[in-house]
Amino acid sequence: MTDKAELFAHAIRLGDDALILGQRLSEWCGHAPMLEIDLALSNISLDLFGQASQFLRVAGEAEGLGRDADDLAFRRDALDFRNCLLVEQPNGDFGQTIARQFLFSNWQLLLLREVGAAPSPELSQIARKAEKEVAYHCRFANEWIVRLGEGTAESRARTIAGLDWMWRFVDELFDPDVGAASLRPQWEAQISPVFSEAGLDRPKPRRGTKGGRVGHHSEHLGHLLAEMQFLPRAYPDATW
Amino acid sequence: MVSAERAGASLSERVFEILSRVPDPEIPCLSVVDLGIVREVKNGAVVITPTYTGCPATIAIEKSIRAALDAEGLSSLRIETALSPPWTTDWISVEGMEKLKAYGIAPPLRAALACPRCGSTNVEEISRFGSTPCKALHRCLDCREPFDRFKCH
Repeated sequence: MTDKAELFAHAIRLGDDALILGQRLSEWCGHAPMLEIDLALSNISLDLFGQASQFLRVAGEAEGLGRDADDLAFRRDALDFRNCLLVEQPNGDFGQTIARQFLFSNWQLLLLREVGAAPSPELSQIARKAEKEVAYHCRFANEWIVRLGEGTAESRARTIAGLDWMWRFVDELFDPDVGAASLRPQWEAQISPVFSEAGLDRPKPRRGTKGGRVGHHSEHLGHLLAEMQFLPRAYPDATW
Repeated sequence: MVSAERAGASLSERVFEILSRVPDPEIPCLSVVDLGIVREVKNGAVVITPTYTGCPATIAIEKSIRAALDAEGLSSLRIETALSPPWTTDWISVEGMEKLKAYGIAPPLRAALACPRCGSTNVEEISRFGSTPCKALHRCLDCREPFDRFKCH
């Protein structure tokens, strides 16, 4: 791969993860269990959209075909998305949403630190900025895992079920094909104390499901894109 | 060369003076200069930086800066965005911190978090996220007023 092609591939993964999870979280807007959570999830969503627009801009520039961030977000089909499967999983209940956020934000924080320290100036300055935002997302998700784990029998059961469902998508985050394998020990060290504090067992290991990084997505992504892309596709001349 | 430098310095002073009258759309007690969004004037461009990457006010801010520059006959100045070094609350001016407090928003000082109304430090966080990306919700346990705090970032 040429340098430009590699930069495109890297930026598109970072951008797609942020974009798809941002879209998922925005589905909670107006539906969260409490006003404060509604605000929090919408704010996290907004941060992720901001990161996505920066990463996709860099991807478009590296590609050199004149596509900007909006073109990449709204005029690509499911097969061309390179997000991990974890972020496209449906919100489910609040326990499942928090489980996904917990696993993702703790990983994204480490990834952004790594990208922020890497020599590519295009990606590293975005990553250093985004890292500050994601540190907040991590604290939010970690606190909620503890609160739900220690909460009622129901909150605990739902969180366990959410973690159990989401756990199968964890291996893909550390897919050696995209160079993130080295982050796993740090990630494990970061999430272990949260499990203990929440009084939760780690989910049972299971065979990992992957494919998102090569465009093999679950059916959920198509539905998500249909909603997200409808307006710009139906009205191509619409402006913000 | 010397006079070109001087011309550059006076242009920069003029731009900062103009932009110190452009309010932030979400926190209008602060100007975009107080907030630390305006970095410098360099090579025919005003360099600005976003607070949060996804802050929806970023576009509105750029538009109002453009309008203010145009109104002063500075249409030839471009606006450029720089992400590095990333913006933090340390970029807010001392004056800006005071303005925030007077406006009823606890400023992002790491030392003492106090209720902007009664000054009590007996306060609690209600939500880490607030009405805009840059604020968190708190409540004063003495005067019972809820208030926003500009997050330390």
